[in-house]
Amino acid sequence: MSGDRVGIVGIGQSAFRARRDDANYPELVREAVVLAMADAKMDFDAIEGVVYSLSPDAMIGIGNAERLGVDAVGGRNKPFLRINTGGATGISAVAAAYYHVASGMFDVVLTAGADKVGECGDSQSVLNKIWDPSYERPLPLGTINMLAMSGVRYMQQTGMTEVDMARVTVKNRRHASLNPNAHLRKVVTIDDVLESRIISWPIKLLDCCPQSTGGAALVLASEKYIRDNHLDAVWITGVAHAAETYWMGDRMGNNPTAEHAGAHALGRSFEKSYRMAGITDPMKQVHVAELYAPFSNTEFHSIDAARIGGAIGDSVPRLRDGEFDIGGRIPVNPSGGTLCTNAIAVTAMARVAETALQVWGRAGAHQVAGAKLGIASGNGGDHQIFGTMVIEA
Amino acid sequence: MELLGRQEVWSITYDHALGETASSFYTRIRDEAAIYGRRSAGNGRVMVPPRSFSDETLLPTEDWVKVGPGGKIEAFTMVYESFKNLPPPPYAFGYVLLDGADTALGGFFKGVDLSDPAAAAEKLKIGTRIMTKFAAERKGEMLDFWFEVDSPAR
Repeated sequence: MSGDRVGIVGIGQSAFRARRDDANYPELVREAVVLAMADAKMDFDAIEGVVYSLSPDAMIGIGNAERLGVDAVGGRNKPFLRINTGGATGISAVAAAYYHVASGMFDVVLTAGADKVGECGDSQSVLNKIWDPSYERPLPLGTINMLAMSGVRYMQQTGMTEVDMARVTVKNRRHASLNPNAHLRKVVTIDDVLESRIISWPIKLLDCCPQSTGGAALVLASEKYIRDNHLDAVWITGVAHAAETYWMGDRMGNNPTAEHAGAHALGRSFEKSYRMAGITDPMKQVHVAELYAPFSNTEFHSIDAARIGGAIGDSVPRLRDGEFDIGGRIPVNPSGGTLCTNAIAVTAMARVAETALQVWGRAGAHQVAGAKLGIASGNGGDHQIFGTMVIEA
Repeated sequence: MELLGRQEVWSITYDHALGETASSFYTRIRDEAAIYGRRSAGNGRVMVPPRSFSDETLLPTEDWVKVGPGGKIEAFTMVYESFKNLPPPPYAFGYVLLDGADTALGGFFKGVDLSDPAAAAEKLKIGTRIMTKFAAERKGEMLDFWFEVDSPAR
């Protein structure tokens, strides 16, 4: 590929925290946008269109909050679209920005958003509302117990234990302690995780992501614009999405198309983005991965789906052996990942941003030495809509 | 400086139409104390809960099929944390493949002692046979039925 690639030229991320009482919602979006614009060394006039990253309104308690976002992103008189694919929203927004540029209709596009999950007193009550009112709403479904059931099936199929799950948290907290933007940065031990209270067995408190507040923004540009303006960039070389059935009960039973223990459509999405980027052996070609995994157990099936941990379930002993640590074979979530920071509307954008910073060599204390090719993913809905990217220096 | 906040509560009422297929599923539960699925045209899969069309063949489903009351556990969890607007913990629920069905149906597991999580997880392990139980007074809703672990064969 030459001459028609799409590059990332600017990155802005908040220092994510439980709450930000000093900033309301649009102010938080603007904070990330200003950081990204400064990083791109670009004036707002250069931005030709905006893709807005915003997941369920009820999480921030503002209906159609993209209305407030227009001013925060400098969207007056510009094309402006909102994207919502649940937890995948952030990577879907970057993908939509990518399509704008790749189509040839735009040279420079901004994508941005923010979330204030820490202000929502009832996030699992909000998430229960993503189940259909005809059949499943009367059950106490939420994202935690939905993925606890995935974990139960994964345990049965691969032998993963509660201790293996705890190791994911221990690794990611150690990584987050090196990342000043991460929300949960305290290093913990396996015993700390095992002794934390059970939320939805086998998931315990320290197997769970936090409810985070913060924003993120990226500026994307065409290769021609980047060359003409002598900008520095990293390149999005693979982009894909894949969805699977709404029905969790169809991901089990007799001969399911997808398997709830795993992340079937995430695997399909990775296949497509690898093909686009010309990657034939991800075990050898991928240097770093930022995979969306809000609960410890789900990091294993994400590694499986990305095909960077061998056969399904091999990710478990490989993680135990340190292969996915910073300094290991393919570091996974060197930022600490979703497990340590989850501002839902921009969590999957942070996966792209962190991967971009890694291959750019700008990740600071959590930099993976020599990383030139990275992958990012986002999972949305009832583990249903998945987005993936390959990013290269 | 002094930073101020503002509390807001959303309480919104919806009257959802369930549609013909779900309505029939619930009236059968209410009137017959039985679970029915829909057989999918093209691949013959019995979908429970019943859907009016198959996401695989993309064709309308063909006929009603009575499933259960026996079945086996496909997924479970025990919830020990309290969440607003959700039931008081602890409780166990999950998905069951009813006999004659191809897809799993969600419901509560009752009659399992949840005081020891590891022991409860063993009682509810995947593959465990269950029996569907129906409330004596049924309203035509999901909570009219639940699952209990089958007593071991003697």
